[in-house]
Amino acid sequence: MTETTAPSPAKPIRKPGSQIIVDTLVEQGVEVMFGYLGGVVLPLFDKLYDAPIRFIIPRHEQGGCHMADAYARATGKVGVVVATSGPGATNLTTGLATAMMDSIPLVAITGQVRTDLIGNDAFQEADTTGITRPITKHNSIVKDPNRLAQTIREAFYIASTGRPGPVLVDIPVDMQVAEIEVKPAEPVNLPGYKVRSRVHNRQISLAAEAINASQKPILYVGGGIIIANAAAELSELAHKANIPVTMTLLGLGSIDQGSELSLDMLGMHGSAYANFAVQECDLLIAVGARFDDRVTGKLKTFASKAKIIHIDIDPASIAKNLPADIPVVGDAKETLVELLREVQHRDRPEWFAQIAEWKKKYPFRYDKRAHAIKPQFVIEEILRQTNGDATIVTGVGQHQMWTAQFYRFKRPRQFITSGGLGTMGFGLPAAIGAQVALPGQTVIDIDGDSSFNMTMNELCTAVQYELPVKVCIINNGYMGMVRQWQQLFYGKRYSCSSLKNPDFATVARAFGAVGMTVTEKKGVADAVAAMLAETHPCVVDFHVDREENVWPMVPAGKSLHEMNGLDIFESMA
Amino acid sequence: MKHILSALVLNRPGVLAHVAGMFAARAFNIDSLTVGRTDDPELSRMTIVVIGDDRVVEQVRKQLAKIVSIVKVQDFAGQDVVARDLMLVSVSAPPEKRPEILALIEMFNAKVVDIGPKFVMVEVCGPETKIEAFIDAARSYGIRNVVRTGTVAMARYSRSQSE
Ligand SMILES: Cc1ncc(C[n+]2csc(CCOP(=O)(O)OP(=O)(O)O)c2C)c(N)n1
Ligand SMILES: [Mg+2]
Repeated sequence: MTETTAPSPAKPIRKPGSQIIVDTLVEQGVEVMFGYLGGVVLPLFDKLYDAPIRFIIPRHEQGGCHMADAYARATGKVGVVVATSGPGATNLTTGLATAMMDSIPLVAITGQVRTDLIGNDAFQEADTTGITRPITKHNSIVKDPNRLAQTIREAFYIASTGRPGPVLVDIPVDMQVAEIEVKPAEPVNLPGYKVRSRVHNRQISLAAEAINASQKPILYVGGGIIIANAAAELSELAHKANIPVTMTLLGLGSIDQGSELSLDMLGMHGSAYANFAVQECDLLIAVGARFDDRVTGKLKTFASKAKIIHIDIDPASIAKNLPADIPVVGDAKETLVELLREVQHRDRPEWFAQIAEWKKKYPFRYDKRAHAIKPQFVIEEILRQTNGDATIVTGVGQHQMWTAQFYRFKRPRQFITSGGLGTMGFGLPAAIGAQVALPGQTVIDIDGDSSFNMTMNELCTAVQYELPVKVCIINNGYMGMVRQWQQLFYGKRYSCSSLKNPDFATVARAFGAVGMTVTEKKGVADAVAAMLAETHPCVVDFHVDREENVWPMVPAGKSLHEMNGLDIFESMA
Repeated sequence: MKHILSALVLNRPGVLAHVAGMFAARAFNIDSLTVGRTDDPELSRMTIVVIGDDRVVEQVRKQLAKIVSIVKVQDFAGQDVVARDLMLVSVSAPPEKRPEILALIEMFNAKVVDIGPKFVMVEVCGPETKIEAFIDAARSYGIRNVVRTGTVAMARYSRSQSE
């Protein structure tokens, strides 16, 4: 909630709407914005000229939106992106949908044609609020300049509270030009928007009782832990009550993967030990996770022996896919703090012995003796040389899954990836947004060749703003994940899944970045070292084994324990 | 099963589109939807009839509640409610059948609101079952046109007090 009050002078001050927008953004603590220009946002950009806000211009609004999104993921602050009307706004859609699916706090400001032209098919007019309604948490169009400041305040409030998400404010150009009286900020008053804060005591007690009584509990945690800044509390709970933890793709970093209690990722490409443990547990404690189909496999058999506690801030997430025995609506952090008071330590020796056996039998594996560069080998080398401390970003595909499997995350906000929407092309712009948020820190985009092709123009942005992002292309010359499905489910008919790539190192150099190519296994370590030492944006193109597959794999619609590839693991043991 | 949901919504452009879009996007079926102003110019009331099992309807209710412009949503399931539909129906009424038809209208407590050489326009108001019964009864005479508002509903005083 914003409590800031603007000065209330005797004589009313009048300012143009564009200045009011900028003042309100500053009031909301905005330090960096991303976005692109156009006719109907020129008044706003004119005021940004003197504003104490850093502005990053991407090469495409989608890129700008992913940058703002990753800035938010890296910091927990609200990301802000600006675009012009029509094509500018429509170019934001993929970025908004990406942020929506992963509950990322984002405010998008779009210009709109003059209010008197709306509905006339005016030049660069698009029904932005209509188009973005299903892919934003909320949106609105400002038709009264006196509502500008308050609408922006509401946008920040809605974006950042409850289950966060993107909020779009559409601002016709005449609203930016209108001279209006500056008024003191009012508290946000949204009758239809309630943020749950107090957790239901009885539900907490029921949950704690179930935990204390459980022989074989497991914590299944998602991005909600990271969004709620609840990683410390989660770790404390897991240790105090002695419960193993498995994480979703977005939950990685919730607990240090070096911890004994970590079962790593679960789901379609999750660890065998996590998937077996979920299927065998007698109590599943879901926190900030939403039983996505990539996690559960066949719903009917998911954790079918378990009682389910589901803790989530969004009541609509609870019982959406699977009924919960003990639903708890509340903020993850506050709920865990409450739970911590009531849970007790249990030894559970049999459960941990069973888990240790699975862990020993089925660790993530690949053929380390292979001559070709295995994608997993590259990721392990990056892990080794960064000591597991880098902020890692990915595209979408096999490389994303290998990164989730083989990089060992230690802390929340360390792994930035498009989970819910699975947006190829997220990697590079997201790395740029994260690097803006984390100056001086190592940000590595582990990308796919096809994913990188989608947004590689943003290398200009990295070069222009001297953002030393590092891009490692796991180049298999395929839409690898698609090829894997075609191999397994379409009789190896590789229909349209291989593309001719440019020479990425040359491309990088043309953009003014550093480019390297690695074609031999023995060159990997040196290339990673050179990349890490580089102070400029840098692209390393690793030519990896083209037909490597991601294992284990729960085929779509199968039960979580029906993983393929465990025999391959065993043959490599 | 049919559920009647009642939503108090902000009287703003786009709210109806939001609700309709959400139903379509989540593959929920709307049986009927009515919108009208309330005594407060800031607020409108939507009455939405949804068909689905309790779990689906509970999800519908939660998704509606998430929409920022929706102030409050209630599912009337299990509650004592007054539910009404309004129908205008044009029934074929040649002179020789008119006495019969007028008797029917009388029986249903309906009203003739317009009369032409071959048709009468009838206003029927009541619970959905009554509306449907009238349609069935009038069918044999020939129905030219039916216009219905869809259900509006309100919980009975005693019940809404204890809520
Ligand atoms: C924008 C977009 N289009 C299509 C897809 C479907 N898709 C998922 S993975 C994939 C292939 C990714 O190829 P690449 O980036 O080279 O990664 P790899 O799987 O080879 O590691 C495709 C086409 C997607 N996720 N996103
Ligand atoms: Mg590829």
